[in-house]
Amino acid sequence: MIPAVFDYQRAGSAEEAIALIAQHGDEAKFLAGGHSLIPLMKLRLAQPSVLVDIGRVKDLSYVKDAGDHIAIGALTRHMDVEKSPVLTQHVPLLAHAASHVGDAQVRHRGTIGGSIAHADPASDLPATTLALGATYVVQGPKGKREIAAKDFYKGFLESALAADEMLVEIKVPKMNGAGWSFQKFNRRAQDWAIVGVAAWRNNGASGVALVNMGSTPVLASAVSSALAGGASIADAAALAADDAEPQGDLNASVEYRTHLAKVLVRRALEEASN
Amino acid sequence: MKVSITINGSEHSHEVEPRTLLVHYIREHAHLTGTNIGCDTSSCGACTVHLDGEAVKSCTILAAQADGGSVTTIEGLSKNGEMHPMQKAFMDNHGLQCGFCTPGMVMAAIGLLNENPKPTEDEVRLGLEGNLCRCTGYHNIVKSVLAAAKK
Repeated sequence: MIPAVFDYQRAGSAEEAIALIAQHGDEAKFLAGGHSLIPLMKLRLAQPSVLVDIGRVKDLSYVKDAGDHIAIGALTRHMDVEKSPVLTQHVPLLAHAASHVGDAQVRHRGTIGGSIAHADPASDLPATTLALGATYVVQGPKGKREIAAKDFYKGFLESALAADEMLVEIKVPKMNGAGWSFQKFNRRAQDWAIVGVAAWRNNGASGVALVNMGSTPVLASAVSSALAGGASIADAAALAADDAEPQGDLNASVEYRTHLAKVLVRRALEEASN
Repeated sequence: MKVSITINGSEHSHEVEPRTLLVHYIREHAHLTGTNIGCDTSSCGACTVHLDGEAVKSCTILAAQADGGSVTTIEGLSKNGEMHPMQKAFMDNHGLQCGFCTPGMVMAAIGLLNENPKPTEDEVRLGLEGNLCRCTGYHNIVKSVLAAAKK
């Protein structure tokens, strides 16, 4: 399978990339690692007329300790997120979740920013950064702005990014020793989660987000509220699907997904509490 | 557009369409057909090659993205007529049946050992999750990789 014809432009910096996108309008797309976009283009589900390759913007590939949070360049590859000593120490949930993305070959190419900007509810890192209360830094022709992860996901593969904006950095609060768990249920190696859960707990505070439980990654607020109010893990986990509107597909019915979410949230909270 | 890629130590430079995939560049422009196209959707790993030292799926990378890079394919492994130790291990341990997945499997296995020289059996199985063998010959593939790791 071969993508439809497109023009290829290579950007050397974020500014250059944003200028190129502005020049070509809605028909242009950023190409980072390409491991979400190129398969869609090969299946002709996406047919951008221009690709702006940002894969060589090396100054957007970094993991930095920024005091209360870790700053991650949008073009940091999954393998580098997984292996980062800074993330392993301060945000172990994210480093671990990155190790579950696709397979080793995919993780050598795919980027954290590409995964988040693609806004696939079935992907691991959008939900994980949502659970962690991350903030996304986006840059457009007028400069930078910050969008909280909870305000970013608008619909299936739709985000708050404007057509002329590019995701440049992900700010993730340090976990400060919180317990955590990442649960991914699937039937085949390297597949997307049928349902996944990213969760952390620290005294009364918690964050729980669901993978593939609706058209966007879902923050399970009802679970966190119940835990803050003193509910048991079992009682809190029973509310796992309250914030979700899962859909049925070849892999699972709505009822099955709802049941899985409750089971996986319970397991995640038990693991995060140990 | 003009794309230049070093493949197995030799410089290749060709005028290609931007939509040319790396695997097509390797097979149809460099005429190296050891790298197979299997699922064509980045699932099966038959097209695995090394790009700048790392295992990647060449069906999901544009040749343009690899422009200026260095690629190693299955044809680039043997030295002075001697098989690479991983190729030898696959032969000695019957790590292949029909052989279609083998070039990608060998390249992924070498990539795995580069990053984790002494893997456990579980780590080999997990490390090769991106490569599918339709003959289901996984048992001897894992055995081959573990044997190569001992050398």
